[in-house]
Amino acid sequence: MVSAPVSGRKGGRGLVIRFESVSKKYPDGTVAVDRLDLVAPSGAITVLVGPSGCGKTTSLRMINRMIEPTDGRIWLDDRDTATVPTHQLRRGIGYVIQHAGLFPHRTVLDNITTVPELLGHDRKRARRRALELMERVGLPPHFAKRYPAQLSGGQQQRVGVARALAADPPVMLMDEPFSAVDPVVRAQLQNEFLNLQGELGKTIVFVTHDIDEAIKLGDQVAVLQVGGRLAQLAPPAELLSEPADTFVAGFVGRDRGYRALGFAGAGRLPVRQEQVIALGAASGEARDAAEGGWVLVTDAAQRPQGWLRAEADADPPPSTPAEPVTEAQLNLGGTLASENATLREALDAALSSPSGRGVIVDDSGRLLGTVTASEVLARIEQQRAAGERSTQGGES
Amino acid sequence: MIQWLNDPGNWTAPGGILDQLRAHLQYSIIALVIAVALALPVGLLIGHTGRGRWLVTVANAMRALPVVGLLILLYVMLAPHIHGKGDTVYLLPTEIVLVLLAIPPILAGTVSGVENVAPDVRDAAAAMGMRGSQVVRRVELPNALPLVFSGLRSATLQVIATATVAAYLGLGGLGRFVYDGQASQNYAERNAGAVLVALLAVAADLVLALAQRYTVSRGVSGRFPRGRTSEAADGPGGGDLRGEGGGAADGPPVTAETPPSPHTA
Repeated sequence: MVSAPVSGRKGGRGLVIRFESVSKKYPDGTVAVDRLDLVAPSGAITVLVGPSGCGKTTSLRMINRMIEPTDGRIWLDDRDTATVPTHQLRRGIGYVIQHAGLFPHRTVLDNITTVPELLGHDRKRARRRALELMERVGLPPHFAKRYPAQLSGGQQQRVGVARALAADPPVMLMDEPFSAVDPVVRAQLQNEFLNLQGELGKTIVFVTHDIDEAIKLGDQVAVLQVGGRLAQLAPPAELLSEPADTFVAGFVGRDRGYRALGFAGAGRLPVRQEQVIALGAASGEARDAAEGGWVLVTDAAQRPQGWLRAEADADPPPSTPAEPVTEAQLNLGGTLASENATLREALDAALSSPSGRGVIVDDSGRLLGTVTASEVLARIEQQRAAGERSTQGGES
Repeated sequence: MIQWLNDPGNWTAPGGILDQLRAHLQYSIIALVIAVALALPVGLLIGHTGRGRWLVTVANAMRALPVVGLLILLYVMLAPHIHGKGDTVYLLPTEIVLVLLAIPPILAGTVSGVENVAPDVRDAAAAMGMRGSQVVRRVELPNALPLVFSGLRSATLQVIATATVAAYLGLGGLGRFVYDGQASQNYAERNAGAVLVALLAVAADLVLALAQRYTVSRGVSGRFPRGRTSEAADGPGGGDLRGEGGGAADGPPVTAETPPSPHTA
């Protein structure tokens, strides 16, 4: 038995999912899953990740018995799933798949109310709840009457999530739900998904082939190997810092040192005041305020809009001093880090900024100041030293 | 021919155009109702389970049978077993022939309609806890409807055209004019009969087209009000200077993904 390294979140309303030596062998001898022992704790996100053919989707689909295990048991709390009629079991488990799998002939609202309808819930209440859910997943109410074909991929996926949540199931299964949308939308959906889960506290099993997604979303990550063997089960930070074997190390990737920074808060960074100019100000003003050839441009509410090149040989060529600064002239390359960002975000802000100065903003997007890459690195060194001291202190 | 059609007597007389039109419709509708009652459930079952596809092949092969030959064969086989009861001895072989003609397109349309439902849609239906019969009724049939209708419409054309042969056995229908006109060398009457059959077929097809329009979901047929699909957007894009820091949630939509054009049969 593998013990769960992650305890359920406080207030989690999900059930515990327990795999007990579960195998799936096909008649032709292929072993998709090999004696899997795994606990998905209540209220936490357990991510199954691995290369194709590692049995991650098979494992997921055995939970709602879309695939029947050939050996072993799967428990939902103290209920053996094999003893529950499949349709009853599935109505209590939310399910989200890659292309959402929405019913093309039904409107968004009717798609969302599918399971409550199957359960014979009151129609009016189900519709009211569906509208609430639409708002929660970021769909405007006038989408209720639309059909899936009228939605973009990202919107369809939002409907898919709302549909899975409609009957408030304690357990959610998600099979690569965000991998068919473009990276920008994916990041957005991931963030919103984490916010939603923060409120709902479902027990979630999430399948992905993308290790970055696994690390971003998982409370614990199960790395599966081809042939359906569990290679490592650990919280993401531990997966990056202590891969169990060379397979996991290889799968987690080369830049895991950098990625691990994503789990360390930057703390209060020593931000420097930055000379800024407002959008629409005269170009001459920009040249006076520039430092190192770049000046940060903000809007009226002090929110950074982009960097402006303010050198004589600038490209695009400088306008006459009286001409106002326009949006088209701005370099948008830099990312923003919030004041409670991780070290990774802070470092990325500095590295991506054309001026070399990473922009730090507060929660409402207003400028706090800038920080350089070397300042972030100094903070990393400092934290590492502090970490070593505390572990040594613990041992003595 | 126009003259013949313009003669009101030819329409209202007993055994005139109106009577024969009614009879023709009656033969056709009986045959189509029986064919739908047989082919639709069987087609749904084949499509749902993926088993028994050979039945479609067999049904299609039956379309190759010569209609008049089959009609005579059935009459000869059945006549000794049917006594009295008016027209039954003629009606039964006729209806059997028409049903046999109507089944293949309806069956093939239904099977391919169900098979064309996207696998992840059926998968989602089952995973949400629908029973097999619920998947068929709530998901597969509504999405298969366009192809079911196209099968039904082609069956209807064929049945209305072929119901002409009822007159060959001495029954009524618009075929009466064709056979009688031919026999009495009244070519105006014969041609008028043929034109009436064609017009009836076209009219029936229009009625079915209308029925299709009102029963097939807009989500499946893709008839959306203009200009509403293009505003599909995923809200502000994060990641650049304006995105991640917050405060940009009210920004204008930047990605206008065009949804794939829906499949229309």
